[in-house]
Amino acid sequence: MRRVVITGAGTVNPLGDNLVDTWAALRDGRVAIGPLDIPDADRLAHPIGAAVSGFDPTAHFPAQRLGLLDRFSQFALVAAREAMGQAGLVPDPALGPRAGVILGNSGGGMTTQDEGFRAVYEGGRIRVHPFTVPRLMGNAPSAHLTMEFGFTGPSFTVSSACASSNHAIGQALAMIRSGQADVMLTGGTEAMLTFGGLKAWEGLRVMSPTGCRPFCTSRDGMVQGEGAAVFVLEAEEHARARGAQVLAVVAGAAMTSDARDIVMPDRDGAAAAMTGALRDADLAHGDIGYINAHGTGTAANDRTECAAIRQALRHAAGAVAISSTKSLHGHLIGGAGAVELLACLLALREGVIAPTAGLRARDPDCDLDIVANAARRAPVAATLSNAFAFGGMNAVIALTAS
Amino acid sequence: MDPTMTDRTDDIERSVIAILARQAVRDPADLSPGDRLEALGIDSMGLVETIFAIEETFDVSVPFNANAPEAGGMDLTTVGTVVEAVRGLVSSKAA
Repeated sequence: MRRVVITGAGTVNPLGDNLVDTWAALRDGRVAIGPLDIPDADRLAHPIGAAVSGFDPTAHFPAQRLGLLDRFSQFALVAAREAMGQAGLVPDPALGPRAGVILGNSGGGMTTQDEGFRAVYEGGRIRVHPFTVPRLMGNAPSAHLTMEFGFTGPSFTVSSACASSNHAIGQALAMIRSGQADVMLTGGTEAMLTFGGLKAWEGLRVMSPTGCRPFCTSRDGMVQGEGAAVFVLEAEEHARARGAQVLAVVAGAAMTSDARDIVMPDRDGAAAAMTGALRDADLAHGDIGYINAHGTGTAANDRTECAAIRQALRHAAGAVAISSTKSLHGHLIGGAGAVELLACLLALREGVIAPTAGLRARDPDCDLDIVANAARRAPVAATLSNAFAFGGMNAVIALTAS
Repeated sequence: MDPTMTDRTDDIERSVIAILARQAVRDPADLSPGDRLEALGIDSMGLVETIFAIEETFDVSVPFNANAPEAGGMDLTTVGTVVEAVRGLVSSKAA
């Protein structure tokens, strides 16, 4: 089986609009959650979130092209350009058919949907923007990446709610391993901080009015974020042949389904995904130095996830460093796993474990080595990144340094 | 007591029981004030749906966070306590 490596990473997220700034914010434990500045924010129960602020689309795209790009496609394109630049890949007729794109996303082009619905329902208008469909369709960001880089191999968008990015990355890994492609752009993107998107989440009564504090007794729910992260995954021999820098090895991935409940998480399903990723990566329990937890900051997730980590890592569970960076960048829903993989890269490359912010008092039901409030220095050779979605869909990615 | 007030609070009780009965898929006559919502088969998701129906019916906001069910200061454990909680919300809205 072919080994697969990461040769490029790029991002636009609440912590920064590139990899360097994001890593700096993760190192510093900087919280990007704050008051939301969106239309009708005063009619939201909890008008807080982690927004990508200061992002100027006109700095990245000409006006004609912008008409076709919802915010979630803009994020994906800017992130992908950075990843491709870092990988040193340029559009190439020989590479094109051997390269593809699989991104994760949950909501589609929410800004476009929100504006269109406002126009016809609230505004009483009889027409919406002519590009409403190509802007809002879930596969739009993946399609724009293929066009940007001339990738003519397999491409699609994966939608599995909060696990979308990890499912996408796992699928991209499988495609390169199987020989269907040599290079895949993968990761995820989400731009759901719209009035409609936030209202929908509000209905479930799981959103925090105060902030995201996973594993803390004071936690009171999740906080939404937005943004994208995109990675260049490449067959190792392909990367070595062109002398590319290897950021990390995508050692394994696993996907499981709880087959139980549409919203409540399940310990067994989550544990099976972690165990599966270890097996796929040929790693032992004690090899994992860092787990980027799904860590949403809901009571249901955090307790179930900690029990699942104990079940999956057994005797080694107490020794592994764990953090939830959602406390910093919020929950990016379909983009979550991708941005969180950046924290795994930081741990592997720099030996810095990004903290769980806002942890005041540890929940006794989350009795693991939670890295709290300040980053920790520790050599890390292997990481897991967890994503457990509504629908009981779990996907875990294992990275190793070499 | 003002008789119109009595009628109105009885209306509240009737409406709340109708909402809970619909959620529990039972006849309203089969519900008693002491019945626990869990015993009626109304789980955490059922409670979220019930609260939505209450808010829409009475035009009130129920301070409920599924992560900290006790934090809102409302006792939503039995049919009777839900009726009382709604009475309180409706009367503070009228005040």
